Amino acid sequence: MKFLGYKAVRLFILLVAVAAVSFLMIELSPIDPVKSYAAEMGASVQQMAALRSYWQVDVPTYQKLLDWLFDLLQLNLGVSLIYRIPVVNVILDKFTASAILMITSWAISGVFGFVLGIVAGAKEGSWIDKIIKGYCYLLQSSPAFWIGLIIMMIFSVYLRWFPTGLAVPVGTLASEVTFFDWLYRLILPAFTLSIVGIASIALYTRDRLVNILNSDYFLFARARGESHWSIIKRHGIRNVLLPAITLQFMSFSELFGGAVLVEQIFSYPGIGQATVAAGLRSDVPLLLAIVLISTVFVFVGNTIADVLYKYVDPRMRGEDDE
Amino acid sequence: MDDLLNVSNISISFTQYVQGLNQHVLKVISDLSLSVKEGEVVAILGSSGSGKSLLAHAILGILPENGNCEGDIVFKGEVLSQERKEQLRGKEICLIPQSVNFLDPLMKVGEQAIGDVPKEEREEAFKKQRDVFSKYGLSEEVDDLYPFELSGGMARKVLLSTALLSNPELVVADEPTPGLDSQSVKETIKDIKQMAQDGKGVLLITHEIDVALKTADRIAIFYSGYVIEINKTENFNDVNNLLHPYTKSLIEALPRNGFKLTEGVQPLDDVDGCPYFENCPIRDDFCKNNIPSLIEHDGVMIRCHKYNGEVE
Ligand SMILES: Nc1ncnc2c1ncn2[C@@H]1O[C@H](COP(=O)(O)OP(=O)(O)OP(=O)(O)O)[C@@H](O)[C@H]1O
Ligand SMILES: [Mg+2]
Repeated sequence: MKFLGYKAVRLFILLVAVAAVSFLMIELSPIDPVKSYAAEMGASVQQMAALRSYWQVDVPTYQKLLDWLFDLLQLNLGVSLIYRIPVVNVILDKFTASAILMITSWAISGVFGFVLGIVAGAKEGSWIDKIIKGYCYLLQSSPAFWIGLIIMMIFSVYLRWFPTGLAVPVGTLASEVTFFDWLYRLILPAFTLSIVGIASIALYTRDRLVNILNSDYFLFARARGESHWSIIKRHGIRNVLLPAITLQFMSFSELFGGAVLVEQIFSYPGIGQATVAAGLRSDVPLLLAIVLISTVFVFVGNTIADVLYKYVDPRMRGEDDE
Repeated sequence: MDDLLNVSNISISFTQYVQGLNQHVLKVISDLSLSVKEGEVVAILGSSGSGKSLLAHAILGILPENGNCEGDIVFKGEVLSQERKEQLRGKEICLIPQSVNFLDPLMKVGEQAIGDVPKEEREEAFKKQRDVFSKYGLSEEVDDLYPFELSGGMARKVLLSTALLSNPELVVADEPTPGLDSQSVKETIKDIKQMAQDGKGVLLITHEIDVALKTADRIAIFYSGYVIEINKTENFNDVNNLLHPYTKSLIEALPRNGFKLTEGVQPLDDVDGCPYFENCPIRDDFCKNNIPSLIEHDGVMIRCHKYNGEVE
């Protein structure tokens, strides 16, 4: 509990720092919120002046920063320029969609990666090991968007199972889309992200298992007459599972990066697509909010990994050093 | 009485690759023979790194892949093939491993001690495990500890229990005493003797002369990959009853040497002559170029050219 409290404080400090830094970066960048807002809306001269005061163009930077941080504390993130609704709502909507995509592919890649890793490790040096290893190296060295494009070519262009343009108009709310529409749109991006995610977890699991197969306790289990697969089941999986799950939680940042690309390719209306749109069209409030929510997301992943490592492994449990 | 275990002319070597593709054969054990009868403790005494564990692993068929083993291992009159070893191990032949590292770090020791048993037999296995544990003075809490939570002495007892639980006929105990306080050493010695009294054969691997003297019925002296002498333990009380000059020097040096074996006993690369030639006080030219073979005399085995059938 002390540990979680400590983590919460860390997260708070981190968020304030990230918020401040990204705010300053936007301040210093050539993005002019007034201009981009005007471009979005088409504004008259009077309206421009109103906007200038709304955006506090003439207020000193530190004052703006403090105001913004203060608003942030009240969860007042402003209004999105491109969606024209409060940023909080955009985030909730888009992030839910993305979270479902990411968690689905995270779980699928975790399970399949782990199973492949166990099979490869248990059969170290065999043809099946070589195939799995080769497949993983291939995946690891190919970029996510490229795999996404290939999958789109196969399933949308060649097999025609899915339409190529899955886009819904910008600003459409999730509630207007039926569950099956949405599930349908989820399949290809989730499939792509899963395939991409499998490689690292499979290779890691395999490596760990091979180490265990060379360990003294594996030798002793053999000396006691246990069969190869029984040892893998009783000792191998037991010892690989926890570090593998930990690794999977640590990979939240890559997951997020992958999701941004894949959502773009498949026009999946999630946070990734919103990021690109916000960046391209200078939607400052939305962009800042996305930076913050992704920070929280990655932080939560790392914290869960930490907790698993510290509290689930009996060897670490006793030592509370922080 | 027939031999329970008979190891005859075992050699163990490793093929290593040094500097690219140059093959190099490292011979760790040469022409080793020994036997263990029912109800007997035979100690094999050799220094660290001399290949004692490998001998144990060869008997159980768990040598590493790059290791090759020649010679025969005969158990109850049957030459053991790899498949047969796999059938027997954990049942009729048990290993008591060298350290707590041989236990799965993430499995509670009670569960680990019973090993891999079918679901319907688990309850009974746990009952038996509790019996054996309490016999060793391990309280019920110990069942739920992880290996890293055990003291050295407790770990030893858990390892001993694993062997007792399968009720084997032959126990191979690999260095069961190092790192223990003298009280635990005493208990371990007692436990091993008890196993022998229960009719099991025990091959005790150790580098502590003291332990070998207190526990064993016969002691095999391992030097530079060779067994140079196997003698009855009572003969070690009197240097004059020992046959090989190395064994003699060993026993003579005992109190002063703090029970340590003399140095220079690591496995050598191939030697043409007697492995003890360099240090031998009674060597002659013949010893330099001819490897003596292990000969039996009155139930005592000796590997020395200078030995002529009688104790000087
Ligand atoms: N896989 C291997 N490849 C090459 N050499 C090996 C291998 N395994 C063991 N050896 C060598 O065999 C020798 C004997 O090892 P072993 O573990 O049997 O010694 P030991 O007598 O049991 O020593 P200790 O008293 O420390 O337990 C060592 O010197 C080691 O270098
Ligand atoms: Mg050893």
